[in-house]
Amino acid sequence: MTIELHAGEPTGALENRWTRHRFDMGLVNPANRRKYTLIVVGTGLAGGSAAASLGELGYHVKSFCFQDSPRRAHSIAAQGGINAAKNYQNDGDSIWRLFYDTIKGGDFRSRESNVYRLAEISGNIIDQAVAQGVPFAREYGGLLANRSFGGAQVSRTFYARGQTGQQLLLGAYQALNRQIAAGTVEMHPRTEMLDLILVDGRARGIVTRNLVDGRIEAHTADCVVLCTGGYGNAYYLSTNAKGCNASAVWRAHRHGALFANPCFTQIHPTCIPQSGTYQSKLTLMSESLRNDGRVWAPLQAEDSQRNPAELAESQRDYFLERRYPAFGNLVPRDIASRAAKEACDEGRGVGPEVNGRRLGVYLDFSEAIGQQGEAAIRERYGNLFEMYERITGENPYDTPMRIYPAIHYTMGGLWVDYDLMTTIDGLFAAGECNYSDHGANRLGASALMQGLADGYFILPCSVGNYLARHEPEHLTAEHPALRDAVSAVRSRITRLLNAPDARHSPEYFHRLLGHILWDHCGMSRDPEGLKQALQQLPALRERFWREVRVTGGGEEFNQTLERAGRVADFLELGELMCVDALERNESCGSHARTDHLTEDGEVRRDDDNYSYVAAWEYGGADGAPRLHKEQLHFEFVHPSVRSYK
Amino acid sequence: MKLRLRIWKQPDRDAEGRFEAYEVVDVTPDMSFLEMLDDLNEGLITAARDPVAFDHDCREGICGACSLVINGIPHGPQQATTTCQLYMREFADGDEIWIEPWRVGAFPVLRDLVVDRSALDRIMQAGGFISAHTGAAPDGNTLPVPKDDADQAFAAAACIGCGACAAACPNASASLFVAAKIVHLGLLPQGRPERDARVRTMLAQMDAEGFGYCSNHRECEAVCPKVIGIDRIARMNRDLYLSLLRR
Repeated sequence: MTIELHAGEPTGALENRWTRHRFDMGLVNPANRRKYTLIVVGTGLAGGSAAASLGELGYHVKSFCFQDSPRRAHSIAAQGGINAAKNYQNDGDSIWRLFYDTIKGGDFRSRESNVYRLAEISGNIIDQAVAQGVPFAREYGGLLANRSFGGAQVSRTFYARGQTGQQLLLGAYQALNRQIAAGTVEMHPRTEMLDLILVDGRARGIVTRNLVDGRIEAHTADCVVLCTGGYGNAYYLSTNAKGCNASAVWRAHRHGALFANPCFTQIHPTCIPQSGTYQSKLTLMSESLRNDGRVWAPLQAEDSQRNPAELAESQRDYFLERRYPAFGNLVPRDIASRAAKEACDEGRGVGPEVNGRRLGVYLDFSEAIGQQGEAAIRERYGNLFEMYERITGENPYDTPMRIYPAIHYTMGGLWVDYDLMTTIDGLFAAGECNYSDHGANRLGASALMQGLADGYFILPCSVGNYLARHEPEHLTAEHPALRDAVSAVRSRITRLLNAPDARHSPEYFHRLLGHILWDHCGMSRDPEGLKQALQQLPALRERFWREVRVTGGGEEFNQTLERAGRVADFLELGELMCVDALERNESCGSHARTDHLTEDGEVRRDDDNYSYVAAWEYGGADGAPRLHKEQLHFEFVHPSVRSYK
Repeated sequence: MKLRLRIWKQPDRDAEGRFEAYEVVDVTPDMSFLEMLDDLNEGLITAARDPVAFDHDCREGICGACSLVINGIPHGPQQATTTCQLYMREFADGDEIWIEPWRVGAFPVLRDLVVDRSALDRIMQAGGFISAHTGAAPDGNTLPVPKDDADQAFAAAACIGCGACAAACPNASASLFVAAKIVHLGLLPQGRPERDARVRTMLAQMDAEGFGYCSNHRECEAVCPKVIGIDRIARMNRDLYLSLLRR
């Protein structure tokens, strides 16, 4: 089968493309909109804002989330901020600069048109959020405050203390509530999508499981929008919420949606290190902390167990400032992460020993507290410092924080065209679950921007354009496609509940999967390790289906069953991540192949051979995935070698 | 350390519940409370016994999903802390710990420690928003907001909707939850046009859901993981009376 990847980008001057494209799009008459039913899965920033905005336009929207309330989607945990090219600080920012920074930060592995549109829309997001009552930080004069964030040399990040994601999500949740009250949005909480329904090649619905009573249902619609977040939990330990999963996108992938760049997974440098083997998740500390904190490790390995207060300046290695004098502690996430890993690999790591290693470096605020006073630091990071103290039992005002990188965000996801539609007709993907805007690496404070750009401003246009080309159509419950999809979901549940040699919990297999991925497809990768992982993963998957123990039944509240289904999908996705990482014989952004690094350890891109999006087609349960390439063309920027020295 | 747990078990909404006894060993001080329960559950699953159902998600104190009454106190003994951010260093070897779901009529138990908090969503749907159509917003700096107002609005908006306030209240009132939203939106110029209607409709919905009224026990602010104080309730009441006068 050949799949032609048509991105459907407009042509012409970059700054006119989105405007022109909107004019070229079809519109649905306001009186006809209520005749269309749309399904939106997920209620994070992308899903919540999309469901609210589409409901406002008059469509009949069915919104789904697995949490008990749409307000709990994991966007809520984003801390640092949201970028927008407002240039309120008069420091030389512009749409063009935000566009360029995002493309460059992504190491030239994303589409110019999409990224430009993102930068163009960024300002509207701030306006929208302010109008909804999002309490952004303000200056004494009452105007919006900004800070510089994660590698940017301009101050374009808007924030609400360390809870920006929470406040933006509550804004979207409130807009969603308004539509639920108005009757345009039908909300289904505690409901998990378990499969996609296709009719004549078009996405026409989903099969769900009600997590309270186990009821399996088919929901039909004129199109389906997935806003289901990233797949970082494939690694077991990540900064994602425990419930975050890839099942919705993986089910779509199995039905023909291509999966793009699965190996582009971002490591966040400032997380609280693991304290023991029982650990269930890792906690992120906003990287805004790097604005005032200085990262260091003991210069000598033998000092790694000493009290940091006893180490003189000359015994400390401020390795980011030393290696990257221009950007210092604010280098992009992947560079900061690998530098911390290298320090620990050299035996200079600090903190408790877990599995024979000390994995941690210091993030020290003593200088900032000395210069600006404790009150200023408390005002900026108070809640983060409290969180750190609660988890570690150490007070970061007195002793340096310990940090270590953790999986945080996944740039890869379902391949989408300029209209955010996947390779399945009528199936859209927005927010973290698509691959679109961040290339091989996402800049700080850009995830919130992308989720809301997709949900508030892009989907309302592109979904309307799609529907304008299709008559509203009702599917009866007797349609064979519905019956087949429901019965496939039922038989998979039966299989999960009746493993022939049931003995281990789903968590047991999830942890094993996480170890394999973190060791071989984590912060740095090499062909030997990836080949080894590709040997281990099919065996683990086979063992899972033979030995997983799921207590209880299918027709009741059953969290073990929920987890088992998600782990089964992660096991398949993990293999694809390794396949992609092995195929991409270059280093770029977050993807660091040790056989493609420069002499001083920087990533070495290969634009001649790898300037493409790797979009994978599902190859069947035991078949090999098939690669399709979307070549990237740079008309407006010149892919330069990234240097933060 | 070794702990004795007494956990509320209830198969579904309509079934009778009761406390069951469990023992956990090898608990370390750096484990979170929920990791201790994970450990218990893993053992139960491996032994083909029924694990304990509990709500949780972000495990960093912000999503508001976790909801346990620990030794009689919603979110446990540590102040300003959600259950997921409670660490076992707060307990001692040999302790007996009683774990129950939120006990509020408007929050029916779904299974074991999991309750249905959709009543809080319905209160929000009754008016906990600003009607700002997508795309209709003026530039973000058009309306200056005094920093102090913005900071106070933020402090109230920090509510995570966990429901501990209602679980702690002898009247099972959700007043603190409602007041946090009323104050957040009412302090901002963008929220003023709907201020009078909002306080009336949200409180009417709170009543309809079966929550009680506030009679100043102050249990809510003592357990609120985000330290939202009852001065917000006073402000909400003031908004309510003024809105009735202006009607």
